[in-house]
Amino acid sequence: MSRYLLNKFLYTIDRDPELVERYREDPRGTVEWWEAERANAILNVHGAERSTWLKFDDVEREALATHDYVKLFELGAHPFLSLTLCIAMFERDYEEPLAFQLKFGADLAARFTFPYPDITT
Amino acid sequence: MATIAAVIASTHHPFYYRASTSTGQDRPPFADEWVSKILSFRETLTRANPDVLVLVGSDHFHQLWLDNMPQFLVGKAPFYDANWYNEEREFGLPRMLFTGQEDLSWHILRGGLDAGFDLAYSNELRIDHSVTCPIITLRPDADLPIVPVYTNIFAPPLPQPKRFVQLGQQIRDLVESWPSDKRVAIIGTGHLSLEFGPRQFGPHGPDPEFDRKAVEWIANGDIEKALGEVSLESLWEPGNATHGFLDFMLMMGVAGAGIKADYVDTLDLFHTMEAYFTWYPGAGPEAGKGAAQ
Repeated sequence: MSRYLLNKFLYTIDRDPELVERYREDPRGTVEWWEAERANAILNVHGAERSTWLKFDDVEREALATHDYVKLFELGAHPFLSLTLCIAMFERDYEEPLAFQLKFGADLAARFTFPYPDITT
Repeated sequence: MATIAAVIASTHHPFYYRASTSTGQDRPPFADEWVSKILSFRETLTRANPDVLVLVGSDHFHQLWLDNMPQFLVGKAPFYDANWYNEEREFGLPRMLFTGQEDLSWHILRGGLDAGFDLAYSNELRIDHSVTCPIITLRPDADLPIVPVYTNIFAPPLPQPKRFVQLGQQIRDLVESWPSDKRVAIIGTGHLSLEFGPRQFGPHGPDPEFDRKAVEWIANGDIEKALGEVSLESLWEPGNATHGFLDFMLMMGVAGAGIKADYVDTLDLFHTMEAYFTWYPGAGPEAGKGAAQ
């Protein structure tokens, strides 16, 4: 299990406008591409100097491929990253201000009470 | 030596810019009261007549990432670009550019290292809303040179709360020993109780009782009580993003133990309580006022 890699996915998608749209429209394809091409890229390091060992387990891959932010919370993904990216992808689908943020909170509240899963990487 | 013109601690609410500039149906019902409070708060900095701003904040996974995460970092650059794509996207924040006060950066970095703080540094730092929000609220012309200081309140493991207080005390000492005739305001932003999870976006902050106690600790400079009640573990309970309170504890260290704030204000908003504090050490605000005239 790698909270770090989950966070790395959310972080690198969230900071790139094209990847935000790609992940919204094709989550499974984006996750498969990202794991093959980007998971082992060390940020700020030349492409030839890659890591060799980073990969998702099946549960992590499925959670990302289905936009399952409740599962991501359970897995200990950093909630700032998952919330920020989900707002970018889904807020536009709701008419009322904050409607998606309220849904995000309610979906998590239906499943979790304090203490929450550990987010330490 | 430099003069500390003011010490300011504040929440940083990224929605303020959009709320305060929106009009008509887009303007939220709480905007006018919020703007009114911010204008009063802004006056506390204006009166102090600062020449330089030291700005304490925390990168929100923008430039600082988990493959290389510093605990405390001093910006040491001639310029700082500011705000990021996802902050434009979500909060409508503008792109900004600041001038750096490089000699004060060097003084804090060298002095901090020599005093036992193994500070990281950056020669090219793009700063985020934790630093630009207080500029927008307190100094919207963004006309003063800055020294940004970043803390890790975001990606555990974090330094202990007492370390934040000690760093605040050290920054205070270092600014006071800076060989300069300039007037320096030290401004830091953090959070009271805050949640990104099951308890988020309620009508108030997730833990109003924590917020009430925290405001009291800060307003009274009660470092001992804050350190007695707050731990890295306990801060999860008021809300899972409440470790931003550690930046308030750093600012309590800057202001000094037992030193009451000269200005205290709060605003109960959805999602979070806003809180604004100003201290005038030494000569007090009148010196700044006199110098301004």
